Amino acid sequence: MNQVRTQLMLCGGTGCRANRSEAFRETLQQELERRGLAREIEIVETGCNGFCAVGPVMLVQPEGIFYQKLTPEIVPHLVEEHFLKGRPVKKLFYVEPASKETIPKMEEIPFFAHQMFWVMRNKGVIDPEKIDEYIARDGYFGAAKALREMTPEQIIEEVKISGLRGRGGAGFPTGIKWEFARKSPGGVKYVLCNADEGDPGAFMDRSVLEADPHAVLEGMIIAARAIDAHRGYIYVRTEYPLAIRRLEIAIRQAREYGLLGKDILGTGFDFDIEIYQGAGAFVCGEETALMRSIEGKRGMPRPRPPFPAVKGLWEKPTVLNNVETLANIPLIITHGGRWFASVGTEGSKGTKVFALSGDVNNIGLVEVPMGTSLRRLIFEIGGGIPRKKKFKAVQLGGPSGGCVPEQYLDIPVDYEEIAKVGAIMGSGGVIVMDHETCMVDMARFFMDFVQDESCGKCTPCREGTRRLLEILEKLCEGRGEPGDLETLEELSRIIKESSLCGLGQTGPNPVLSTLRYFREEYEAHIFEKRCPAKRCVALLKFEIDPEVCTQCGACFRACPAGAIAWKKKEPARIDKEKCIRCMTCFEKCRFDAIS
Amino acid sequence: MAGLPHPEHPDITAAMWEQIDAVIERHRGVPGSVIAVLRECQQIVGYLPVELIDAIAAGLNLPRSDVFGVASFYSLFSLKPKGRNLIKVCMGTACYVKGIKEVITRIEAHFRVAPGGTSADRRFSLEAVRCLGACGLAPVMVVNSDTYGDMKADRVIEVLEPYS
Repeated sequence: MNQVRTQLMLCGGTGCRANRSEAFRETLQQELERRGLAREIEIVETGCNGFCAVGPVMLVQPEGIFYQKLTPEIVPHLVEEHFLKGRPVKKLFYVEPASKETIPKMEEIPFFAHQMFWVMRNKGVIDPEKIDEYIARDGYFGAAKALREMTPEQIIEEVKISGLRGRGGAGFPTGIKWEFARKSPGGVKYVLCNADEGDPGAFMDRSVLEADPHAVLEGMIIAARAIDAHRGYIYVRTEYPLAIRRLEIAIRQAREYGLLGKDILGTGFDFDIEIYQGAGAFVCGEETALMRSIEGKRGMPRPRPPFPAVKGLWEKPTVLNNVETLANIPLIITHGGRWFASVGTEGSKGTKVFALSGDVNNIGLVEVPMGTSLRRLIFEIGGGIPRKKKFKAVQLGGPSGGCVPEQYLDIPVDYEEIAKVGAIMGSGGVIVMDHETCMVDMARFFMDFVQDESCGKCTPCREGTRRLLEILEKLCEGRGEPGDLETLEELSRIIKESSLCGLGQTGPNPVLSTLRYFREEYEAHIFEKRCPAKRCVALLKFEIDPEVCTQCGACFRACPAGAIAWKKKEPARIDKEKCIRCMTCFEKCRFDAIS
Repeated sequence: MAGLPHPEHPDITAAMWEQIDAVIERHRGVPGSVIAVLRECQQIVGYLPVELIDAIAAGLNLPRSDVFGVASFYSLFSLKPKGRNLIKVCMGTACYVKGIKEVITRIEAHFRVAPGGTSADRRFSLEAVRCLGACGLAPVMVVNSDTYGDMKADRVIEVLEPYS
């Protein structure tokens, strides 16, 4: 085997690819060859590194130098300076937004320093398309132990001791779910992996599948052994082509190595996995709907009980676990349930991966121990709010969740604690909103999502969410009336109480939680016909306050309709005849002079 | 059901029918395969005309209502023809917070195409899609297979012009 002195771990996640990481890699490879370095320096394309905000990113090993925002143009300089002369290129280092300090090493960047990589243990470290690299990092050790040394009961007991709870959102204890399925009579059982990640603002499952697909396969093998299933399906969104491709490669390699298929590791146990591509329906993230979809039907939920552990896919006992849940399983089996349970809070053990996005500096994937405060998540790891704007709220749990305002930012990440303030852990989407976000508009956005994705089976969800949306649209358009808020609350309550599945039972949450914390903003829309955050176009006047205007001309230059009149040393003015109300001037004005 | 005459349809050529037959043949008798068949057939034709849905139903020996029910349930499937270029704008929360709404308004006004629709010259189809999971790049627009991050309203027309 060729010995290399340096490995360049280039992120090949979706985020970095969209920022031309492919072109960068090709140029870099050519340059290394041209300089005669290709034999000693190897480029490894890894899965998502997590730090999408500054992509494309690359880690130089073994030095640990972290480069960001790479472009093909920089390649000759980079190779010359760093790989020939040994001088790392400072202008490609990470710059801390607050202190403007440059940080060369990955482990010293605050974004990474506060994280704890369990689920993402292999991200950016291995080539996800090579099973040997996974195995070299203790991969499939857990599966081997489970199959060779443990009885199914012992596996389940270990998972129960670990306290692992479902990471898809509901937080049901995984060990208990497995135990139900184990005890259900029947010769044919199934293990399913839910990779139908549909929550807007959540992308951890995609990243795990792209960066470490074997971890999910290993988790499924262990689950299959525990409940005695011989067939598994991974239900993955068709919108994730890279994840699908890497899963296909991983399954093929696992079969070649005798880790899937007949007589796994010579233990006489058979198990194989198939990929099933979803077709774009949010409700299919619900377990019974997902199973209907695999059966080739409309993905509509059905009442429970019977629970899937008793009657699931094709009416057979079925265990369905989320990607992140399954990726935790090999660790629990390898290191033991007690080890796993040593991290976290009373009721929530281990770590949680969050997808940090919205108005926050360090957008990306972060994994923290349960119990970490939201404040640390957003301000220390996330680097705070960009452009010195003020924090307003954070939305947790997507359309089923709720928002958490400033005063509760010190609550720990914990299933119960988050529920107490009216949000949910959910799958881990964390969307940070600054003070320019209108909460009524936000509620409208989520309701638009929920009513569109409602499968139509339950009338309260199908009709109720549409009525909620109509009222919210009315408010945003300045047609709100007294009594609207009470109707919103009443309708929300009924939808929650009378819907069959999680979609309807949680769909009104964004409305209720924004009403709980930002009622005055709703009232401003109704009684003053004013949008305090200046987002609802119908409620804006499109006037420039000459007192506040600094006469900089930024709005004048940006206006696509030529509707702004401005001369040096004169405040700008908007010609309402020409104005197309596109909001560009609002975006450009840094002085909040337009209303 | 080899030998069954294929219905006439302006958007489906004889070569396409051959591929469609092969897809149906491969999946016949496999339980739960209707979604895969619809996906592959849509890749061949570009969308799912009713005549095609009928042919799939006959080929898989399923009631037409079942196949139509599945095709109309999932957002992946389109019963209407698409434009030469497909613009997908991400309506995920992160993109929304970062101003995708303004981007859509600009596209609508310039190319005269509404979300969910196709421009009269079939140059563009515009789709407002669910979170693409690339929140780090928000706001995100995907044209055919090219992903554009940090898409701002005042840049979008310039980006779209080369797609004819």
